Amino acid sequence: MMKLSQLEIGETGIVKEFTDLEMSVKLMEMGCLPGEEVRISRIAPLGDPIAISVSGYQLSLRRFEASTIILQ
Amino acid sequence: MKTNIRVALVGNPNTGKSTLFNILTGLNQKIGNFPGVTVDKKTGFCTLPDGRTAEIVDLPGTYSIYPKSKDESIVFSVLADKSKGMVPDLVVVILDASNLKRNLLLYTQVADLKIPVVVALNMVDVSDKAGIKINIDLFAKKLGVPVVPISARKNTGIDKLKSAIAFANSVPLQQDTIDIESIAPGIIAQIKGEMQVENPYVALQLAHQHETLSYLSTAESDRIEQLEQEHSFHSQKAQATETIARYNFINDLLYDTVKKAETAHDETISNKIDKILTHKVFGFVIFFAILLFIFQAIFSWSAYPMSLIEDLFIWLQAGAAKILPAGPLSSLIIDGVLAGLSGVLVFIPQIAILFALISILEDTGYMSRVTFMMDKVMRKVGLNGKSVIPLIGGFACAVPSIMSTRTIENWKDRMITIMVTPLVACSARLPVYTLLIALVVPNRNVWWIFNLQGLALTAMYVLSIFSAVIVAFVMKFILKARERGYFIMELPVYRMPRWKNVIFTMYDRSKTFVLQAGKVIIAVSVILWVMKSYGPGDRFAQIDKQYAQPQYTKTMTPDSLTKVIASEKLENSYAGVFGHVIEPVIKPLGFDWKIGIALISSFAAREVFVGTMATIYSVEGDADKMQSVQQKMHEAKNPQTGEPVFTLAVAFSLMMFYAFAMQCASTVAVVYRETKDWRWPAAQFAYMTALAYTASFIVYHWLK
Repeated sequence: MMKLSQLEIGETGIVKEFTDLEMSVKLMEMGCLPGEEVRISRIAPLGDPIAISVSGYQLSLRRFEASTIILQ
Repeated sequence: MKTNIRVALVGNPNTGKSTLFNILTGLNQKIGNFPGVTVDKKTGFCTLPDGRTAEIVDLPGTYSIYPKSKDESIVFSVLADKSKGMVPDLVVVILDASNLKRNLLLYTQVADLKIPVVVALNMVDVSDKAGIKINIDLFAKKLGVPVVPISARKNTGIDKLKSAIAFANSVPLQQDTIDIESIAPGIIAQIKGEMQVENPYVALQLAHQHETLSYLSTAESDRIEQLEQEHSFHSQKAQATETIARYNFINDLLYDTVKKAETAHDETISNKIDKILTHKVFGFVIFFAILLFIFQAIFSWSAYPMSLIEDLFIWLQAGAAKILPAGPLSSLIIDGVLAGLSGVLVFIPQIAILFALISILEDTGYMSRVTFMMDKVMRKVGLNGKSVIPLIGGFACAVPSIMSTRTIENWKDRMITIMVTPLVACSARLPVYTLLIALVVPNRNVWWIFNLQGLALTAMYVLSIFSAVIVAFVMKFILKARERGYFIMELPVYRMPRWKNVIFTMYDRSKTFVLQAGKVIIAVSVILWVMKSYGPGDRFAQIDKQYAQPQYTKTMTPDSLTKVIASEKLENSYAGVFGHVIEPVIKPLGFDWKIGIALISSFAAREVFVGTMATIYSVEGDADKMQSVQQKMHEAKNPQTGEPVFTLAVAFSLMMFYAFAMQCASTVAVVYRETKDWRWPAAQFAYMTALAYTASFIVYHWLK
């Protein structure tokens, strides 16, 4: 089971599901939903949060939040 | 102005909504409040091609109709609350053509409220370049609403949008998007029936948002709560189901209306900039360099306009003294009102420069990178990456900074940010610091380049940041979290600042500052003037009588006699009596009763200090030149010991007091406005005063 938080910079994955209902609602509103391709575009200087590119724009989220996203 | 049609502007953040609003309304706009809430309501007027006038309301940018922050919660209220007559006749939904999928989520939600809709498809020039081909006719046909391609930045398509607004139908014609009733059939049907709500989506939103909607009565809200129990309605599950259904609809819609060119992920300019600005090392270096630049700019650029304003007031006061007959009225106008006004207006250059620079940082998209870089550090001390913006703004003024905390979604993070922002050294402390530092710190260089006075001032600024961080860290353990914190935030593409917007923000914020602080300061200066000019009982008459006796009139020159009478009167005025009453409390801090008067009057606003010092020590006119205030304070001697009053220990003790104490009525008022609970400003006032007293006490006894 691969989590989004395990990817390195530049790696891509496709969202499969979420482990946290509350977080999933917020992520989906921002266009990060099952079937969507995500790519880690950068990591903050102190290692957290991270920025991903999803559905054509950049989204920043904390590592913990990224760990609730399961990839295919 | 008489309006024929009311239009609301709705859209995601960073889609050019504000730019469009500015184009449609020009400078013909005003900022007010939505009834019952403190969210800014920007309205403006726009003349339509058919000669009618449209009132345009700019609603806060949001990704969905489900609110995540205080600002966003207004969107649904405005669109659904029929009772206050705020519901618009037409909604213009602005969509970013280069990011249609996410933008359409909000569109489908708004469309389902069944208010007539016009779509403004913005940034078509950008999406064209990115190889996104949109079949606009088919797109409009599928949605059932007019779709107008525009570019707000390049000012194209605006006339077409205006005609679309003018000729829009008064009945909603949009296609249904998803089957709403199936999401929660039982509760929707019951709310529709019981609360006379026709629209199923409004009914569903009432079920979701009833706890935060101010327009529902307690009885209605309780009834909905009861219905939720009966139908075992789970808000988040329902929202997840709805969101997925909406995206299915959107995917179908985009499938045959939008064609994307298959391009490899090539490096965009924005990405290249990000590589430098969020770099592990350079990221922070650049951030601190920018902060340094801002401080430098605030102090050096404002020096000239500030001295101009000061000179203007000295000229006005001198002029008024010539024209007005001497007496209490002229004294009230010159020493009370004009002196007070000059104290406020002199800050305009600093405030304006700071707001201009901050709005440039926000406009370019750099601020969100700062939040991104600082989130981890800020979280350690109980704050949030987004707290950085109010804290930086705190260097100018806590009032707008505390208002800007509305973007922090998490309740606990927001409260801690509000509680510590007034600790940051705001511009009102600057004149107090400069005056006192110039008084006791020698103006010479150490280690070749560092000026001692400059170092002392820098130390006060560093201290303010440290104290804010430490207090935040303590509060992290005191406050209980109400909900989980999260940090899901868009990092918008870098862009050039919109200069008109920067100038407008600068103008608007400075105006708010002058009006808010100005009222308080004028009131305080008038009260202070009255307290200083009159005394209890017949004390003043007694003084006059005493000094009319020959042993004084014969032995003293008329000049020194007036001086003695004036200082006797000050000591016996209401202000003097009050200063003596509090003297025992502040004596351990090294302050005498004169400083006590300044201290107490500064609780209205810190910048009152310089004026009060000037008034108290202005026994012989010439109250408003900094130099002369400094001179007089320098010469002030303790009557018992003959030692100077302002020693190093007293000056630094005073600075500590000003660094920590909550001496700002406007901040107290804005904290109440933002928290809607008197206990917050009360707690803030108490902890800051306690901190101020302790710090002053320690510093005084250490340096004495």
